Amino acid sequence: MAIEVEAPGLATTVQDLGRPGYYHLGIPLSGAMDRLALRAANRLVGNDDGAAALEVVFLGPELVFRADAMVAVTGAELPPRVDGVVQPTWTSFAVKAGQTLAFDYLKAGARAYVAVAGGIDVPVVLGSRSTYALGALGGHEGRALRAGDVLPVGRGRPAAAGREIPAALRRGPGGSPVSLRVLPGLYWHRLTEAAGRQFLADTWKVAPEADRIGYRFRGGRPLEFMPHEQPFGAGSDPSNIVDACYPYGSIQVPGGTEPIVLHRDAVSGGGYMMVGTVISADMDLIGQLQPHTPVRFVAVDMAGALAARHDRQAILDKMQSHLA
Amino acid sequence: MASKQILSPLPGTFYRRPAPDQPPFKSEGDTVEVGDVVGLVEVMKSFHEVKADAAGTLGAFLIDDEDAVMAGQAIADLEG
Repeated sequence: MAIEVEAPGLATTVQDLGRPGYYHLGIPLSGAMDRLALRAANRLVGNDDGAAALEVVFLGPELVFRADAMVAVTGAELPPRVDGVVQPTWTSFAVKAGQTLAFDYLKAGARAYVAVAGGIDVPVVLGSRSTYALGALGGHEGRALRAGDVLPVGRGRPAAAGREIPAALRRGPGGSPVSLRVLPGLYWHRLTEAAGRQFLADTWKVAPEADRIGYRFRGGRPLEFMPHEQPFGAGSDPSNIVDACYPYGSIQVPGGTEPIVLHRDAVSGGGYMMVGTVISADMDLIGQLQPHTPVRFVAVDMAGALAARHDRQAILDKMQSHLA
Repeated sequence: MASKQILSPLPGTFYRRPAPDQPPFKSEGDTVEVGDVVGLVEVMKSFHEVKADAAGTLGAFLIDDEDAVMAGQAIADLEG
């Protein structure tokens, strides 16, 4: 079984749950930016959570199926069409051999996950099928899809059509501004008290250049730093530190002006201080933010971060019992 | 009456000019052929051309240069 790529979309990549274990060597986690949506899509078609699917950002591809398949589209509201007939999102549907899967304009969110029963069967590289395009690693030839590509699909035990994730379990960024919960970090003390308050009080907007490596925000007031003598090895700007490891989700603010939250294709280290880290439970939400979306950073403590992680797991558990 | 509209395929920032020091791709009243570029949308560190998918005469632009644009949002009217 295989899928032919008639039109690739903007930056459609093969992603699974990622490639942990090599970040210390500079190879990032990669994998779906909205992991909950990927898991949902896989479960709908009868795959394991970690099967590889297509991550579609902003603009859908056109895919021709060479054999019958079971498909589900979750995450962003990017209405799928099979030979022109609209299909529901967050619901499994059948595609017959020779039919074309295409998409309407994006209605909400940023990234849709297209799972196919059996999974996208590209080679496993360092334990994962995820694409790390910057490193030309994994996925389909280490890059985003192009017209003319042929994607192999594994053997699956397809689930039935019409399986659905209830609306209450379809988690996405709600409210305006969207709240992103942050655990203030190691370098928080380098901000003045006023700058710390204003970082949390200001509304920031997603910059158009935000991508899988990092989400940049602008629109808040520049941050002021405490007087500080830069140590040997650090750059001269007060936002510089002696090079350190960058956690996934960490928020650096180069020059004190535009926060960048590192995401799945993060660089693993560098010389910017980090004011904090977006909690793991809210990283999925970042993957669904369109350019210009207003956002507020909300401080939580470790207990709050762990409670949020528990809540997110509870959604996955409910999904599982609903589909069982 | 606008018979058609040119829609943005992508969300991002809309530009009417190829570069800040160059004239706009198209102005109101210009003739547009299928495939003509009417603007750019910037997203994820790259610029994507917005093309007309029908021929006609360009009517009013419905968003300003450098405005935020949503996928499927109308950029300009296309007459005839």
